[in-house]
Amino acid sequence: MSRKFESLIGNRSFLIGTIITLIVALMAGLSFLWTPYSVSALDIVAKLKPPSISHWLGTDHFGRDILSMIMVGSRASIFVAFVSVAIGAGIGVPLGLWAAARGGIVDEMLMRFNDLIFAFPALLSAVMITAIFGPGAVNAIIAIGIFNIPVFARVARGAALALWVREFVLAARAIGKGEGRITLDHILPNLANILIIQGTIQFSLGILAEAGLSYVGLGAQPPMPSWGRMLFEAQTMISLAPHMALFPGLAIMVTVLGLNLLGDGLRDFLDPKLRYMR
Amino acid sequence: MLSYASKRVVIGILTLLAASIIVFAVLEVVPGDPARLMLGMNATEDAVRALQDQMGFNQPLILRYFSWLGDLLTGDFGKSYTYSVPVIDLIKERIAVSLPLALISLALSTIIAIPIGIFAASRRGSTADTTAMGIAQVGVAIPNFWFALLLVYIFAVVLRLLPAGGFAGWENGFWPSIKSLILPSVALALPQASILARVTRSSLLDVLGEDYIRTARAKGLSRRKVLYHHALRNALIPVLTILGMQFSFLLAGTIIVENVFYLPGLGRLVFQAITQRDLIVVEGVVMILVATVIAVNVLVDLSYAIVDPRLWSRK
Amino acid sequence: MNIWKAFLFGTAVALLPATASFAAKTDLVLGIVLEPPHLDPTAGAAAAIDEIVYANIFEGLTRIGPKGDVLPALAESWTKSEDGKVYTFKLHKGVKFHDGTTFDADDVKFSLDRARGDTSTNAQKGLFAAIDTVESVDPLTVKVALKQPSGDFLYNMAWGDAVIVAPESADTNKDKPIGTGPFKLENWAKGSQIVIAKNPDYWGTPATLEKATFRIIPDPAAATAALLAGDVQAFPVFPSYETIAQFQADPRFKVVIGTTEGETVMGMNNKKPPFDNVKVRQAIAHAIDRKTVIDGTMFGFGTPIGSFFPPHHPAYLDLTAEAAYDPELAKKLLAEAGYADGFKTTLKLPPPTYARRGGEIIAAQLREIGIEAEIIPVEWAQWLDQVFKNKNYEMTIVSHTEPNDLNIFARDDYYFNYDSAPFKELIKQIDATSDGPKRIELYQQAQKLLAADEPAAFLFQLPKTGIWDAKIEGLWENGPIQANDLTAVKWAD
Repeated sequence: MSRKFESLIGNRSFLIGTIITLIVALMAGLSFLWTPYSVSALDIVAKLKPPSISHWLGTDHFGRDILSMIMVGSRASIFVAFVSVAIGAGIGVPLGLWAAARGGIVDEMLMRFNDLIFAFPALLSAVMITAIFGPGAVNAIIAIGIFNIPVFARVARGAALALWVREFVLAARAIGKGEGRITLDHILPNLANILIIQGTIQFSLGILAEAGLSYVGLGAQPPMPSWGRMLFEAQTMISLAPHMALFPGLAIMVTVLGLNLLGDGLRDFLDPKLRYMR
Repeated sequence: MLSYASKRVVIGILTLLAASIIVFAVLEVVPGDPARLMLGMNATEDAVRALQDQMGFNQPLILRYFSWLGDLLTGDFGKSYTYSVPVIDLIKERIAVSLPLALISLALSTIIAIPIGIFAASRRGSTADTTAMGIAQVGVAIPNFWFALLLVYIFAVVLRLLPAGGFAGWENGFWPSIKSLILPSVALALPQASILARVTRSSLLDVLGEDYIRTARAKGLSRRKVLYHHALRNALIPVLTILGMQFSFLLAGTIIVENVFYLPGLGRLVFQAITQRDLIVVEGVVMILVATVIAVNVLVDLSYAIVDPRLWSRK
Repeated sequence: MNIWKAFLFGTAVALLPATASFAAKTDLVLGIVLEPPHLDPTAGAAAAIDEIVYANIFEGLTRIGPKGDVLPALAESWTKSEDGKVYTFKLHKGVKFHDGTTFDADDVKFSLDRARGDTSTNAQKGLFAAIDTVESVDPLTVKVALKQPSGDFLYNMAWGDAVIVAPESADTNKDKPIGTGPFKLENWAKGSQIVIAKNPDYWGTPATLEKATFRIIPDPAAATAALLAGDVQAFPVFPSYETIAQFQADPRFKVVIGTTEGETVMGMNNKKPPFDNVKVRQAIAHAIDRKTVIDGTMFGFGTPIGSFFPPHHPAYLDLTAEAAYDPELAKKLLAEAGYADGFKTTLKLPPPTYARRGGEIIAAQLREIGIEAEIIPVEWAQWLDQVFKNKNYEMTIVSHTEPNDLNIFARDDYYFNYDSAPFKELIKQIDATSDGPKRIELYQQAQKLLAADEPAAFLFQLPKTGIWDAKIEGLWENGPIQANDLTAVKWAD
């Protein structure tokens, strides 16, 4: 009974996660074609209006429609999170595979490199990086991406090491295939599942990180709306217009929740061994 | 045990050394001149140059690195460009805020999370389990600075029970200072507690699934006894790892929450020092934080060995 | 004592503060937004330094009063030679520094020579440029010879950067300020507060307050909460414009909207095309709706300006009509300049809210006439480097808070890259003219010239938004300089 129940939960979180993620993606897509109001036109007279029929989520300190801002703001979150995951996976996975294939000194170096990056407080370092290159979406991507590299490298290495001792790999080796060939033909395809799961997790962490950087003024810059910066603007207005703080935060929370549920569901589905681990 | 420990320590020291090179090199390329920043818009060129000389910027890079590193080894972190007091004094003042904040939130999250995790694991699949884990799922997804804003709105703006920000200062009494740390530590603790509860639960479930636990049960030991005496001890390893990571995170990662509450902690010190180009302060604090992370990692590794003596014999 | 007696006694105690038997409070907690980097006004430009130490801890030969006038301070009187080139200052007797050392003419000579010397790190070294020699005639007499007559000399000597320090303590003033003022530093808890206490040995009229605490509260929401809760009793420059209305309606508080010397402008790089074309600059000035900018950034607090001059000055001319909001005219001017379809440019914004929020609004307004201004936020360090020093910018927004700074448009190599021979000539004449109708006339000519040339788009004068407990008296209503002079502050009985 309990097994079945567990897998039902798994499926359910996969389902809910997928639905939420799709809604956010659709919202971002729709924002390219249509938003209730323009986010570039300011209407100071209509500033700080609470939610109403005409503005479902109210207006901000410049009289902009918060619903429209959230819709357009989703682009910055998704863009930054996606590209930083791509950077992390694009550099980290090859590194991890290389270390697993070679072992020895290469492996040791990679592990020490990971230790080194992990030793830096991520957020603080991201702040330093953006201080050097200036605030902006691209630099936020670099700052977040760098810290994704060791995550993917470690996951790829760990999973690849487990595969290298499996029979089909030993067989491939016996017929004289080289390390590179084996990695491409046998290791990488078998890593797809675990990388997709890790990618989902890093994606949701990326959304949180982007929001945090934007909140301290180092993420996407105006006039491009961003959820984190909306929260920053909301802070000084909190006693006058709490709705300004409520909705962008909800948007972040729901998106991250959706991605996490999707990630958990995928894990149950693709990799039952890891069911309980987070 | 000894060789395992000493290997960990040596690696830790090497990592720290590498980190010092990175920190120094990265900050070397930061654009902006602290001397000009101090003297502002009306400053004459020769006044700016005089201040640069005073700050000792006109020496070669390598020389400055080694003299900085040498001073660090003797515990001398240098003198802040802007405050012109020893960096170590600034750090001490800020740690008096950051450390209590980190400890309170860590304690808070541990007290909440571990019982919930154990409870959920022991009632796996029950409504209570699903509810607790559902809440934890939401807790993980909440950005802590947003949660902080909501707390400010409820407890400072509407109810006026607690300060909205700032730090009273320990010299103004214990209670006012603690009061200014309550909201920040709650804001920090919620996501941490959510993660910790999930890890506790899953790690306990893993252990409960292992053969020796089944054997113990088969031998007729009660469910409770197995849970508390055998399973819990072994389930501690992942929990310890997470706790160690969280401590390091809390010490440095409070930067955004410190910004919400304008707390004069380490994170805000670095943040301000970066904008003021007070690089020697940035270098000092980052090195301390990196050293803390490394030390905590080594300690966690060593405590594995204590919890699980099998590790003693492994490399 | 029975319960009844105790009750009566309690009631009596509760009523007591209303009677005269309790003396008025003698301590005050003030809120400030920015923490000073250190406390030496002769070695830094940060306004936050003067906000603590000016007139409280350190004093100069002269000082600036609440109305912006020059008053005697450590110099009890002075005489000026016929040709206007030699000032002889008579110093006060019996003045001591906080460490007990005696103040005399040698300290004046030391301070002025230090500020203008080769190794000087004074942020306003230019103030001392006119000085040729400083001579201590006797312990209470100082003679200062100028290279040429200067109408501003006494005013310049009143700046916080020109305070008198002692040779014994000059190098440690950053951390342990030793001045001659009515207050001494008691304690500085970095990141939270600075406490100053009454100096019992003060040479002049002693302060009424025994103790004043400057609490650092950078967050507007926290500032509002701290005032409402009474944790802070005065906020001389209140940062949260959005909540001021709430205090105006509350009889417990006094809200004083005063003037400052802060002209907020959108500077343009006058040498970089298309901003080298005066028609483009005029078009931009007409494209900006100052009222919307002030409403959107300052919640309505702030006075629109049409030139670079503070509205409270007797020589002020209201020239806002010269740059009235008129998008049609702006488009026409752009077309005449050859940019009928507008152009792309950049707008670099330093951290203050007026710049970041104001910049967003102005960028939206410029878009209406076809100018696409990309917003580039910069930190102060980057702003000073890129915009101010290297003039690597197109447009930027900044508030010029120094008093008496009309001459920045006459400076060679200033970041506006504005080069106007007639304007330089006017400033030269102003410098050489002492007060009087002639000087006012020249000031007005200069204002008109700037309004016509628009080397920058003039936006608004920053207000001094002071909020304090209605029972406090003696705080400055206006901000002729950025200071919190507490010498006359007291609690009403």
